[in-house]
Amino acid sequence: MIEIDGLTKVYDTTTVVDDVSLSVEAGEVAAVVGTSGSGKTTLLRMINRLVEPTSGTVRIEGRDNREVAPYELRRHIGYAIQGHGLFPHHTVGRNIGTVPKLLGWDKQKIAARVDELLDLFQLDPAHFRDRMPHELSGGQKQRVGVARALAAGPSLLLMDEPFGALDPIIRAKAQDDLLDIQRRLGTTIVLVTHDMDEAIKLGNRIAVMDEGKLLQYARPQDIIAKPATDFVEALLASGERAFRMLSLTHVDELVEPGAADGEPIAGTASLREAYALLLWTRRDALPVIRNGEIIGRVTRAALDDKAAAPQ
Amino acid sequence: MSLATGRAGLSPVSISRLDKLGVVTTLIALAGLFLQPFMLFRANRIVLGDPLELWQSLPAFVWVPTLGVILAGIGLTLVKTPRTVRLSAGVAVLALLAVVVGVSASYLTPEGDSFARVSPGGGFWILIFAFALSVTDSVARLRLGPVPRVLALAAVGVVLAAILYSGLWSDLSILKEYAGRANSFWQQVQVHLVLALGSMAAAAVFGIPLGIVSYRIVRVRAAILNALNIVQTIPSMAMFGLLIAPMAWVGATIPGAAELGIGGIGVAPAFLALFAYSLLPVVSNTVVGLDTVPREPNDAARGVGMTDLQRLVRIEMPLAFPVILTGIRIVLVQNIGLTVIAGLIGGGGLGTFVFQGISQTAMDLVLLGAIPAVAMAFAAAIVLDAGVELSRPKGAGAQR
Repeated sequence: MIEIDGLTKVYDTTTVVDDVSLSVEAGEVAAVVGTSGSGKTTLLRMINRLVEPTSGTVRIEGRDNREVAPYELRRHIGYAIQGHGLFPHHTVGRNIGTVPKLLGWDKQKIAARVDELLDLFQLDPAHFRDRMPHELSGGQKQRVGVARALAAGPSLLLMDEPFGALDPIIRAKAQDDLLDIQRRLGTTIVLVTHDMDEAIKLGNRIAVMDEGKLLQYARPQDIIAKPATDFVEALLASGERAFRMLSLTHVDELVEPGAADGEPIAGTASLREAYALLLWTRRDALPVIRNGEIIGRVTRAALDDKAAAPQ
Repeated sequence: MSLATGRAGLSPVSISRLDKLGVVTTLIALAGLFLQPFMLFRANRIVLGDPLELWQSLPAFVWVPTLGVILAGIGLTLVKTPRTVRLSAGVAVLALLAVVVGVSASYLTPEGDSFARVSPGGGFWILIFAFALSVTDSVARLRLGPVPRVLALAAVGVVLAAILYSGLWSDLSILKEYAGRANSFWQQVQVHLVLALGSMAAAAVFGIPLGIVSYRIVRVRAAILNALNIVQTIPSMAMFGLLIAPMAWVGATIPGAAELGIGGIGVAPAFLALFAYSLLPVVSNTVVGLDTVPREPNDAARGVGMTDLQRLVRIEMPLAFPVILTGIRIVLVQNIGLTVIAGLIGGGGLGTFVFQGISQTAMDLVLLGAIPAVAMAFAAAIVLDAGVELSRPKGAGAQR
C-alpha cells in the first residue's frame, strides 16, 4: 500500500506538483492520467525519489520512503519507462538481471530468474537470453523492459508511459499481458499515461491530474459517470462516454437465459464489443458462448440500460 | 547523367566510361613518369644529384616491361573497372615499383664504390603517390571491415619487412644511411615510441578523470576546456622553447630531479609538451562522449537503483568509450608526428635524424627519420580506427 500525503514539488517559481494526496491499495493498479506538463511524471518520480519533493511524504507499506538511501529504495521498486530504456551494450539477460546483480544475488540464482521472467513474458530464454537489445522488435524490447523492472520481485512497480512507443495492436496485447501478469504476481502498480482508454483499461483507480493538481481520484465507472470537473469530462471525450461505460463490463455479467440467432459472442468479451456486433448485424440479441457452449443470451435492452448515465 | 551519355554510345571511350578519380591519378602518374626523374645518382651523399629517367635507371630488359606494366595499370584505373581489378592493378604496380627501385639502385651503383648514393627521384615518389591514392580509394570503396583492414596493414608490414631483410633495397641511399647507424636508429625508434605512447598514456590517465569532472561539474567545464584550448594554440616550437626555462629551474633546484634526467632540454620537457598537447583531445572527447549517452539508459540506470559510481562505470563510460577512443586516436597520431620536433631540444626520437640531416644537407638522413615516423602514424591511425569501430555497440544509433 502506498500513501501519498500533501506531495508538492516546486521548481524555482513553478509548482509542478501541487499538494497531491492519494493512496493505492496493495495489489491494485492506479493509473495517473493527464496532459503533458500536468505533473504526472514528476508525481511518479517522487515515489522512488528520482525527484525529491519540496514538501509532503510518501509512505510505502507504512514506511516513509526517506528512511533509506535513494538507490537502496529504488532497488526494491520496479521502474519501467517509455522507450524501454534498455542498456544498449548489455545482452537481454544482463539487462533483466541488473537489479538482482545490484542486490548481490549469486550468478545461478540470477540466471534462473532471468529465464523464468523470459518465460513469463513469452520470450524463449534460449533464443533471447544472449541477444542484444537492437536485435529485438519494439514489442519485445518493451517486454524486456518490464521484465527487468520485475526481476527482483518488487511488490511495487512504477511505469511511465510504458506502452507509448508501441503501435496500437501490439499495445493492446502488451496491456492484456501486463494485467495478466499483475494479477498473477499481485504487484501494486502506479502507471502514468496520457491515454484515457489505457487508464480505463488498466486502472482499478484513475487519478486525473492537471497543472500539478489532482482533480479526481476514483474508480473508472465513477470517473465516467461523474466527472469532477469540466477538464475531466473533456479528457473523457464525452461523446464516447456510453461506450466507455460498456467497455468496463464483460458479457458474462449480463447473460440472461434464452435463445438468440446468429454468430455468438464470447463471455469474456466486453459489452462494447457485444454492442458493436449487435449494431453491425442488425440483431436485438446475441447468443453467448463459454468454453464452446451456448450459455444464454445478451440483449440490446440490457445493454442500453448499462450504457445510460446512472440515475 | 553519366548513364545517359554512356547509353548514347557515341564512341567506345566516351567521357562517361572514365573514372573520375582515375583521371586525376592518371595525370599525376603520367607527370611522374615523364616530367620528373625516376632516380637520382650522386657521387657522394651531399652533392647535387644527376636526374635519371626510368629508361636510364634500368637495363632495357627491365625497364621495357616495367613501363608496360605501369601504363597498363594507368589504363585500368583510368576507365571504369570493377573495384577488385582496380585494387589488384594498384597493388601490382606498387609492388613492382618497390622491387624495381631496389634493382635500379644495385644497377646504378658502381662496383665497390661506397661513396656513391642512389636514391629514388621525384618521378618515383609521384608514381607511388598516384597509385597509393588509387589503392586507398579502392579499399575505401570495398568497405572493408575493421579486422580485414588491420590484417591488410599487417600483410603490408610483413612484405616491407621481407624486402628490407632480403637486402633488395640495400643499395638505396636511405639504407646506406641506416647501415651506418643501425644501433642508434633502433634506439631512437624506441625513444620515439616511448615518448609518443607514454605521453598518450599519461594524457589518458589524467585526461579521462578530468573529462569526467568537467562533465559532471558544469562550472568547471568551461574553465578546463578553455585552458586546454589555449595550450593547444601554442605552436610546438614555441612550446618546447617555453618549457626550457622552468624545466631547467626544476632540474637545478629540486633535489633528485636532475638525476631523473629533468632539465631544460632532453626527454623531460619533450614529454611534458606532448602531454600538454594530448590533454585537450582526451578531455573534450570524454566530455562529448558522456554528453552523447542517450537519456533513457541513464534514467533507467538511476531508476533501477544504481549509485552514481555504478552508473558511470557500467553505463556511461562503456557507452562513451568509442568517442573517448577517438580522442586517443587523435592524440597518438598527433604525438607520433610532434615527437619528431622533440629532436630539436635533445628529446631524441626520429627527429634526431631529421635535424641532423637538415644541418648536413643530407636529404637521405632526413628521410631516414621522416619515413618511419609517417609509417608509424599511418599504422596507428588504421589500428585505432579499427578499434573505435569495433568498440561501437551495434544498433546504438537506433536507440530511441
